[in-house]
Amino acid sequence: MLSRTADNLYWVARYVERADYLARILEVTLRLTALPLAYVGSTNEWESAVATAGCSRSFHAHYPEAGEDSVKEFLAFSPDNPCSIRNCIELARTNARAVRTALTSEMWDVINGAWLDLKRFNNAPGSREEFMHFLRWVQETSLRFDGSASRTMLRTDAYWFFRLGLNMERADNTARILDTKYHLLLPEDTHVGGPLDYYQWAAILRSVSALTSYHWVYRESLKPWLIADLLILNPKMPRSLASCYENLVRYCDALAEAYGRQGTSQRKARGIRTRLSNLRMEEIFQSGLHEFISEFISDNNELGGAISRQYLM
Amino acid sequence: MRIRVSHQTVYHYDSPASRVIQILRITPRSHDGQHVVRWRIDVSADCRLTTQEDAFGNITHAFSDDVPTDRLEVLVEGEVETQDTGGVVRGAIERFPSSLYLRETELTRADPAILAFARSVAHADPDDTIGTLHALVRGVYSEVTFDTDPTHVTTTASEAFSLHRGVCQDLAHVFIAAARSLGIPSRYVSGYYWRSDGITAQDAGHAWVESFVPSLGWVAFDPTHAMCANDAYVRVAIGLDYLGAAPVRGTRFGGVGETLEVAVNVAQAFQQIQS
Amino acid sequence: MADCFDEMRGVDGAIRPAYAGLDAWLRDLSPDLLDQRCQEAELLFRRIGITFAVYGEAESTERLIPFDVIPRILSSAEWSLLQRGLTQRVKAINMYLKDIYGRREILKAGIIPEDLVFQNQVFRPEMNAQKVPHDVYVHIAGIDIVRVDHKTFYVLEDNARTPSGVSYMLENREIMMRLFPDLFSRYRVAPVENYPDELLATLKSVAPETAAADPTVVLLSPGIYNSAYFEHSFLADKLGIELVEGRDLLVKGGVVYMRTTEGPKRVDVIYRRVDDDFLDPLAFRPDSTLGVPGLMSAYQAGQVTLANAVGTGIADDKAIYSYMPDIVKFYLAEEPILQNVPTWRCREPEHLTYVLEHLAELVVKEVHGSGGYGMLIGPMADKGKLAAFRTRIEADPKNYIAQPTLALSTCPTWVERGVAPRHIDLRPFVLTGRDTVRIVPGGLTRVALQRGSLVVNSSQGGGTKDTWVLDT
Repeated sequence: MLSRTADNLYWVARYVERADYLARILEVTLRLTALPLAYVGSTNEWESAVATAGCSRSFHAHYPEAGEDSVKEFLAFSPDNPCSIRNCIELARTNARAVRTALTSEMWDVINGAWLDLKRFNNAPGSREEFMHFLRWVQETSLRFDGSASRTMLRTDAYWFFRLGLNMERADNTARILDTKYHLLLPEDTHVGGPLDYYQWAAILRSVSALTSYHWVYRESLKPWLIADLLILNPKMPRSLASCYENLVRYCDALAEAYGRQGTSQRKARGIRTRLSNLRMEEIFQSGLHEFISEFISDNNELGGAISRQYLM
Repeated sequence: MRIRVSHQTVYHYDSPASRVIQILRITPRSHDGQHVVRWRIDVSADCRLTTQEDAFGNITHAFSDDVPTDRLEVLVEGEVETQDTGGVVRGAIERFPSSLYLRETELTRADPAILAFARSVAHADPDDTIGTLHALVRGVYSEVTFDTDPTHVTTTASEAFSLHRGVCQDLAHVFIAAARSLGIPSRYVSGYYWRSDGITAQDAGHAWVESFVPSLGWVAFDPTHAMCANDAYVRVAIGLDYLGAAPVRGTRFGGVGETLEVAVNVAQAFQQIQS
Repeated sequence: MADCFDEMRGVDGAIRPAYAGLDAWLRDLSPDLLDQRCQEAELLFRRIGITFAVYGEAESTERLIPFDVIPRILSSAEWSLLQRGLTQRVKAINMYLKDIYGRREILKAGIIPEDLVFQNQVFRPEMNAQKVPHDVYVHIAGIDIVRVDHKTFYVLEDNARTPSGVSYMLENREIMMRLFPDLFSRYRVAPVENYPDELLATLKSVAPETAAADPTVVLLSPGIYNSAYFEHSFLADKLGIELVEGRDLLVKGGVVYMRTTEGPKRVDVIYRRVDDDFLDPLAFRPDSTLGVPGLMSAYQAGQVTLANAVGTGIADDKAIYSYMPDIVKFYLAEEPILQNVPTWRCREPEHLTYVLEHLAELVVKEVHGSGGYGMLIGPMADKGKLAAFRTRIEADPKNYIAQPTLALSTCPTWVERGVAPRHIDLRPFVLTGRDTVRIVPGGLTRVALQRGSLVVNSSQGGGTKDTWVLDT
């Protein structure tokens, strides 16, 4: 397969997943900011949303302060933000178009249809209700895209590159939430929070669509260390780091087997997965949650670079 | 005269360049007024130099290197024995009839100003091609002042002519545009020039022009010095314009922040004592 | 348009034999049904087209080209004449290119003036003395043909660079067979669907000697923003070859490779749909980002085949066109089977005199103009315009050629709930490989949908038709 084709498939998946993630962050923030002040404290949730989306720097190049309107506009529609939902969908579609024949027609219909529909949401957040409707639409698009990939793509290298992109993006997003919110997740004895944190915890779980899963897995009320466990080490949780790495290893190995050759990507992915499966939450807390996440983010980036050099360039 | 040339080009990149590929036209051939005694090319990249001949008979060397690098050096060194033929070039490789060199290129398009200038210097007798060319070489010399500042490699003849400034490349382009507009086949020459004032270090190679005179064949004119080429000139490559005779054409991927150091040295070689 | 030759009714109105079945079928058919079929065709096209075209894009350059459901029919006798004529013409073109970039005998013989070649921008000095595998320069030619009476076909233009349109030939047939299965039961129509196979065989047959036994062929496209991208991806798909862009290829050690997920893979034959100027920034336009740096050196070293070769423009250039009958005679020592449109070259004094005397009847074209710019259509020009043009021709006769205004043949066409004659042309595609010339029976018929219009270009209201060649 042409490296460029693999690159396009990898990025189609990444951009759609990123759009979905941004939509969830915005939705969670809307929900938090709708609560009476007494429940959330005086933190600026919009600032936090920008940080979780990973675009504080570019945001502040355009706006001095994060407020509802500016953040909604910037994360959802702004042409100046390379990672706005609008840009993600446009980039996904551009990548899809360049590899039109490597996608199934179902996948093309979803992404091309979404790109056409995008024009209906003409660049303005509108009312909260309209905006919520838009965010639901983004998430549905991502679901339909993912679903048609699962149901229609041949299980060949094209599919594996597509899945690599999706899981790389997912691992990156989950790690970013942890990076911004880690202080809320520290174990009780070092933690200075209060009952206000409950809503923050719930928000974190919602942003990885895992609030219900949490209760099924732990059958307990929300405990920050369990939330951290769910997001980092629990392989049953589709957006956990461990689960993403199960998948990354699987697809890297599939490529290595098909091509009869393995390299840095395979070694790197296996190394990270092994670490995740051997670690326990206590150890992570002991050596520092924040340090662990920073290290993971840099490992994850290294894997991205390795995949890129080995296959996509 | 025996001329020794060394021409070193060093590229530095702030971030490494990869997929470097270059085509070099920096190897002279011998003809009646010029004998290449020795000549060699060294490239710092670890790769094969492929030697070919281009459409005009110039010797080309191509190399490509996929390994990212932050420094690339191309070194040319050699000795050439030259004779003063009064500018007449004989015994050189000719792949095309002279009429090919009437062809217009983007860099040598004659705009109305150049057309008017060409008509103003042309001799009344249409058969006096040589007279017209001599007038033209003086005309370009006085119209366009040598100045390394305002122009660059993609400057066209008409841009340089309206600035009244340029380097040897620009003067050559203006000359070519004007001569072709008068129906005189003309071509671009790149090479080296030995300075009689004792200064041997130069910033770049030289460029001049050859025009076709029915009674004489190709005659070399240098508008930068308002004269015909003599034994101080080492002729390396010809083309329709700079692009066709460029010493280096290359591309790379990455390699942001390129800095380029060029050191050209043209000196008279000490005559070896014949035994 | 009364004296026009009509493909169905000739000049006298009597139905020509090849069209008898179509005529009967049209008379049986209710206009409503035909109307309905037209709408279905449109829908089908959108469905198929949607997979390729830039569908629904605001700055859409790839709208659907109107499709007419009434086929254009050629009898087997007519086709056999065309086939012989096209084969002869393309053979001569290839011999001419070999000569022009080699020994230049035709120039020495004084048949074509030297300046028309050497001062022509489409003559590529880079191709001089360049060997191409099996002396084939034009592997794919799209020769535009018009018809003026029952026996005369003129060649209007030889497209020898990167001719397009073959995807319409294939799709039009696909749609027709879906819409009108019963019509196909009345006729034995020669198939065109083998074109991709023929093209692939042609391309593989001209692989360089250094290539592997099963050479790797790719299609080089300028990318998704090119107006013919739809055809590029369509063909790559049908041929089962990679659709590459310049950045997917690299030249190393004089060999061309494509970047794949399994490492660099050698490429032997490039079916390129990128113009000469953009192919290699180290040889042609230095600002081109569509090309492959170093491609020309690999090509010169004989390590890769380009189809078509570089520099074939010197065969289909307007200035050269009028010499094509002489070119055929010079290389093949045969009379041309297909005629040129009679052309007067104003550079020749006696032609100039004729042109100036008959200006009001002629179409005058600038040799280096394109797209109808700098063109005079005599019968439609007023006195002032004629006089102005006369001055221009007299000032620079070399720059002009003149042709009679042609009465292109017409073909029944479905227009606003009725069948009416409309002017058509034909572009068959001629494939030249190592030992054979292959022509799939058919081609692209373009139709001028406006009443009386002679302009078949899709950009100016032209449509397409399926082209049938009868088997018996």
